[in-house]
Amino acid sequence: MARIVAGVGCSHVPAIGAAIDLGKTKEDYWKGVFEGFERSKQIMAEINPDIVIEVYNDHGTAFSLQYIPTFSLGVAAEFQPADEGWGPRKVPVVKGDPEFAWHLVESLILNEFDMTIINEMEVDHGLTVPLSLMFGQKDAWPCPVIPLCVNVVTYPPPTGKRCYALGKAIRKAVESYPKDLRVAVFGTGGMSHQIHGERCGLINKAFDKSFLDRLTSDPEGLAKMPHMEYVREAGAEGIEMVMWLIMRGALGDNVEEVYRFYHVPASNTAVGNIILKSKS
Amino acid sequence: MNRSEDYADIPGTYLFDKKACAQGYNLNNFCMSLMKEENRKAFLADNAAYLDRYKLTAAQRQAVLDRNWLGIIQNGGNIYYVSKLGATCGLSFEDMAASMAGTTKEKYRGMMIGGGRSIEGNRSKAQQAAEKGKS
Repeated sequence: MARIVAGVGCSHVPAIGAAIDLGKTKEDYWKGVFEGFERSKQIMAEINPDIVIEVYNDHGTAFSLQYIPTFSLGVAAEFQPADEGWGPRKVPVVKGDPEFAWHLVESLILNEFDMTIINEMEVDHGLTVPLSLMFGQKDAWPCPVIPLCVNVVTYPPPTGKRCYALGKAIRKAVESYPKDLRVAVFGTGGMSHQIHGERCGLINKAFDKSFLDRLTSDPEGLAKMPHMEYVREAGAEGIEMVMWLIMRGALGDNVEEVYRFYHVPASNTAVGNIILKSKS
Repeated sequence: MNRSEDYADIPGTYLFDKKACAQGYNLNNFCMSLMKEENRKAFLADNAAYLDRYKLTAAQRQAVLDRNWLGIIQNGGNIYYVSKLGATCGLSFEDMAASMAGTTKEKYRGMMIGGGRSIEGNRSKAQQAAEKGKS
């Protein structure tokens, strides 16, 4: 039987990817960011998952405004890094696992989560930056990655409560897979940031700390937070944090916080990373 | 409720809602076309001719020609699509943010290194107006 062994919350700031790709990680501006992820990489190497389900949002890259799926899941054998205007990141192709991904799709839809199915997709910084941060710069990613996209671009995004429930459904889906796989779930995006309008640059450290605390202590309550509170308190693009609740829901009721790292700034954004393990 | 109208009180924020999505549909499609190198070259070679391919409003077209990032957002641009235009012009999210905040990149970066724009005083237009009335 497959089981979920860890959950990761991680920002996916594109400038972090650029700093890695351009060899700037030791520069004064960036070293505070990257030092914090050294320990994350060690912990991930110890956890050594067989497969990652990575929850992220496409940033107007694979999805135009023609179709806007709320929840979608990639079932392809591979996903190429996208050209977001600077040329594609020079990172390894993301290998999927069609058999496992289709199992997730079937289980989720039959458990009343109506996923959109993606047969072909390029992946942007939202997916590749957390892989770089958790696994380092590799010739190949250490395991297959299943992309799970959430619309947080066009309003309304799914509610926190719905995201949390999707996480619980993912747990059921994973546990009904016959192969013995150790699965990690990533929730990405955030933390507080706003990258448009006159209010851009907004950071709210108190909000972010409380969000990280409540992932462990009060996920049910956290899942009830309305969109308005994210947008007002954590910046318009802080809404990405609803995706962390999918990861949290997938871990079951009781979790243990293994690692936390928080740093301001990376470009316009507060960077957060948390690693959780299921206790039960 | 979380209707998009309820967000109007948040200052300096343009929610990408039903109104913006409809208003910006062609504008965001234009931006997305710049994910292809050949299109970036064509756009940079002749902005106006390239923009003729897309049915933009006069205000959208002018905002693009002027690289008026705030104006692009106010006319239905979504920052994630707009970032493709930014990249084509050699700009990062940080560059565009500084422009939208009405400041220089150096000052903007300084603010971010100092902990970012504070949430205090930036939650609500109504609250800002009340504070202004007091002083």
